[in-house]
Amino acid sequence: MNIDSIKNGFVIDHITAGRAMQLYRMLGLDCLQCCVAVIQNVPSAKMGKKDIIKVDSSIDINLELIGFFSPNATVNVIREGRLIDKKHIDPPERLENIIRCKNPRCITTTEQEIKHIFVRSHSGEYRCLYCETRAN
Amino acid sequence: MRHIINILDLSVEEIEELMDTADDILANPGRYNEVCRHKILATLFFEPSTRTRLSFESAMLSLGGQVLGFSDSGSSSSAKGESVADTVAIVSGYADIIAMRHPKEGAPLVASMHSRVPVINAGDGGHYHPTQTLTDLLTIRHEKGRFENLTVGLCGDLKFGRPVHSLIEAMSRYAGVKFVLISPEELKLPSFVKQEFIKDKGIEYRQSRSLDDVIGDLDILYMTRVQKERFFNEEDYLRLKDTYILTPEKMKLARPDMIVMHPLPRVNEISTAVDDDPRACYFRQAYYGRFVRMALIMKLLGVHAE
Ligand SMILES: [Zn+2]
Repeated sequence: MNIDSIKNGFVIDHITAGRAMQLYRMLGLDCLQCCVAVIQNVPSAKMGKKDIIKVDSSIDINLELIGFFSPNATVNVIREGRLIDKKHIDPPERLENIIRCKNPRCITTTEQEIKHIFVRSHSGEYRCLYCETRAN
Repeated sequence: MRHIINILDLSVEEIEELMDTADDILANPGRYNEVCRHKILATLFFEPSTRTRLSFESAMLSLGGQVLGFSDSGSSSSAKGESVADTVAIVSGYADIIAMRHPKEGAPLVASMHSRVPVINAGDGGHYHPTQTLTDLLTIRHEKGRFENLTVGLCGDLKFGRPVHSLIEAMSRYAGVKFVLISPEELKLPSFVKQEFIKDKGIEYRQSRSLDDVIGDLDILYMTRVQKERFFNEEDYLRLKDTYILTPEKMKLARPDMIVMHPLPRVNEISTAVDDDPRACYFRQAYYGRFVRMALIMKLLGVHAE
């Protein structure tokens, strides 16, 4: 398992330990035909433990989703075996159609074709735009 | 175009302006009885609330406008499965302003995203009810003459009582306001409301389980219903309910200029023997509701008296 084994693709590093499998599914990586490595509980000086995902394919990924699930993550972009970009992912201000509201009294539970929107508050938590219920 | 979904959609200055308009309407109703001529208010009530609907309709008729609408979802297209977005897209072509009530939280916000005319939230499932809060504010300004330096006691169900949360949010913007939170342990104010609108703003407050202990300190006593279904068992309810019922005996402990408010309807939390006390202003509060809605309709339609 090392970065040289990726020719064209990316490495999602510094994922909060334990979140990699969830992120793997949310990003739809389980549907890819290319090499994908999910590495869990890697020792990290900064974080104690972290997860890493390596993908050997230059697909578009949803950076917002990564920012939401793991606010400290970085994405290293690899082209022709070389690191060409290192992105620090900031938590997104707004999530559109990524998660759903859990409040049974929320309009999103009945209204058809509504966008499921969550907005980041001052304190950093995400709340449903319509009913302000906290995302968990 | 403005919509009013939450009381905090209005700035302190705008609330002041609405109160001034409402005051002028109360003093000179004749000046306003034609200002909304040829304008139409649609009252879209996806769940029944007769008092709120009549208050909106009376407000529009008093301004010389006209009203149309429905008063429960059984008689509307939503019974056939039409979305809020579609209903409002169509109705906003028939009216100049919409007042909407809906059992689902956030429905008026969805409506505002699809409407060509201003939308007023007339209550969304116990979430927001900004015209109730405006009514409360007009009552306070009328009866006390100011918003600043008031000690506001909130009594009863502070956990689920949305009018209480909105009033705290609105009053927390004025200098020198103090809150006294009076409730049983089971119905305490939710910690996020306390944190965001009281503690973070450095507002003075105290909590009490007894109304008798604190009633003498209050300028305003805002009563709410303590509902049986909020308790886990019958004994707890029976043990606690009398503590939060306002009686003439308790009123003897209050200041001579304290006012008693209640969003109505009440069940038994204010004894009818209190009604004749001049400090009981809950029926005047209901009366003010019409004038504040008139002021709000005028503001959103951008019309003024000559
Ligand atoms: Zn929601």
